[in-house]
Amino acid sequence: MSKILVGLKRVVDYNVRVRVKPDGTGVVTDGVKMSINPFDEIALEEALRIKEKGGATEIVVVSIGPADTQQQLRTGLAMGADRAILVQADAPVEPLAAAKIFLKLIEKESPQIVLLGKQGIDDDNNQTGQMLAALWDRPQATFASKVELDGGKAKVTREVDAGLETIEVDLPAVLTTDLRLNEPRYVKLPDIMKAKKKPLDTIAIASLGVDIAPQFKVTRYEPPAARSRGVMVKDVGELVAALKNKGLV
Amino acid sequence: MAKILIVAEHSGGKLNPSTAKCVACARTIEGAEIDIAVFATDGAAVAAEAAKIQGVKTVLKVDNAANAEPIAAVLAPQVAAVAANYTHVFGPSTTFGKDLMPRVAALLGVGQLSDIMAAEGAYKFRRPVYAGNAIITVEAPQDKKLVATVRTASFQAAPEGGNAGVEAANVSASLPSHTRFVERSAAATGRPDLQTAPRVVSGGRALGSADNFKIIFSLADKLGAAVGASRAAVDAGYAANDLQVGQTGKIIAPELYVAVGISGAIQHLTGIKDARTIVAINKDAEAPIFEVADIGLVGDLFTILPELEKALG
Ligand SMILES: Cc1cc2nc3c(=O)[nH]c(=O)nc-3n(C[C@H](O)[C@H](O)[C@H](O)COP(=O)(O)OP(=O)(O)OC[C@H]3O[C@@H](n4cnc5c(N)ncnc54)[C@H](O)[C@@H]3O)c2cc1C
Ligand SMILES: Nc1ncnc2c1ncn2[C@@H]1O[C@H](COP(=O)(O)O)[C@@H](O)[C@H]1O
Repeated sequence: MSKILVGLKRVVDYNVRVRVKPDGTGVVTDGVKMSINPFDEIALEEALRIKEKGGATEIVVVSIGPADTQQQLRTGLAMGADRAILVQADAPVEPLAAAKIFLKLIEKESPQIVLLGKQGIDDDNNQTGQMLAALWDRPQATFASKVELDGGKAKVTREVDAGLETIEVDLPAVLTTDLRLNEPRYVKLPDIMKAKKKPLDTIAIASLGVDIAPQFKVTRYEPPAARSRGVMVKDVGELVAALKNKGLV
Repeated sequence: MAKILIVAEHSGGKLNPSTAKCVACARTIEGAEIDIAVFATDGAAVAAEAAKIQGVKTVLKVDNAANAEPIAAVLAPQVAAVAANYTHVFGPSTTFGKDLMPRVAALLGVGQLSDIMAAEGAYKFRRPVYAGNAIITVEAPQDKKLVATVRTASFQAAPEGGNAGVEAANVSASLPSHTRFVERSAAATGRPDLQTAPRVVSGGRALGSADNFKIIFSLADKLGAAVGASRAAVDAGYAANDLQVGQTGKIIAPELYVAVGISGAIQHLTGIKDARTIVAINKDAEAPIFEVADIGLVGDLFTILPELEKALG
């Protein structure tokens, strides 16, 4: 019985142009489309492919978030996950707290692999998987673009600044996904119907006994410094002249 | 007073410029004492380079056969041990630092601040969120160690001219064997490095094939520029993954950025908004890239690029 735990974070959809509230207290999220973090969709797709190849028997999707996060978990179930766990939290948790919560679930579920995204596209933190691996005292293979399982080991190709790096890790381990690991499948209507019957358990965050008090205090949100629209040139001659003018060629 | 430890990034016996950028960030914190730690099998050459960075007090050399490759699970316990004497631990926001620093933070039982773009004090920083669509000011608790990564595109490397002492440090930490390095494949291009080059030419989906993408390399060579690519171009296999510029690729700040056949999606723009001059070449006059371009030219890249190369002589 080998199990894969997949993290699904609910985030503002990647197509939304996020705006800062005029009073600087946050970004506008009212009425904004929410989705599964794109890297987590890739994580779930990879888990499904591993299961389809006989490398796992059960896929459990996990999210820490408000009650509405059930929508994203249902989508995960429709993609093919077997079961979902919602750790209900009314305020966002920092990556260290998220890692501690995942560790609690690991103690209950004993997975062989935990698959997370490399980063949430909301806070762009890129931390949770690495922190979880440290707390669990297990290997991490971050920014994965290829995963090959071989018995109790995984060979993982990682996207690093210099190119591609391959490491071998003993399982259980935490893997985090990069964009080119796979292309997630589309959800079909019958799968959405079937997903309604799959188990989705909700756990109150307080019942896990994890310290979730935030360590960092965000005191202000600002829009980024705007770049102003420059000049349009008519042809290559004008382009070269403009570059010369700026001393760039 | 802040005592800041910076974890050196290096490969092939050479210090990565990201280290001097971390030093530059640390130097903006008033009165900070800055040390660098080099984890290697034999870090003498790297430590000597690090000692020359202005503003550094001491370079700690931690030699261990296990440090032949930068494996986060192996390095983290050593960094955490050395961190005992410091108030802050910084690493670069490169794939090396992003992989390692959160693991260090968790071992120390603290959170991490990612991608510092400015320090407004020893415990107050600014950083981007939502692909750079918002900049937040964050306060960290003063009674905890602060582990952070530094957004390298936000800082000019601290100059050479320093003369720090180099000390060998003994670190006792039990190191795991559950993670093993297999191989690294880096395209040896002989071209300038994307993350540090003053000029970059990038190509997008419009190039249409790996073969067509060669005209991007050709223009880059003419300009002495590094080559970049949009995610669409990388996904389609026109360019290598390490050339991706953007939210989830490399964040760069060259003097000149030339975007060819790239629409200008927010995820791409995040990677280039600190560029001094952005030039956009796109056949669609409505492409969002023109909203941020300093110089824009509407037209077909396949006619413009050959002309441009000729005009540049
Ligand atoms: C989680 C996530 C992370 C992402 N991270 C990144 C990232 O780090 N970096 C990144 O780049 N993207 C990223 N993306 C993808 C991003 O949203 C866009 O899809 C991508 O940047 C588009 O690439 P493109 O501009 O090359 O392609 P397109 O958007 O298809 O644009 C092609 C452009 O070429 C022009 N064109 C076509 N033919 C010609 C011609 N002959 N001459 C001149 N112009 C021509 C067109 O007018 C068009 O504007 C991410 C997306 C997600 C969901
Ligand atoms: N609240 C959450 N719920 C579910 N998964 C999460 C949550 N926070 C983080 N994760 C997982 O950790 C990854 C990295 O997140 P981050 O460290 O916040 O960038 C995400 O892609 C998710 O897989």
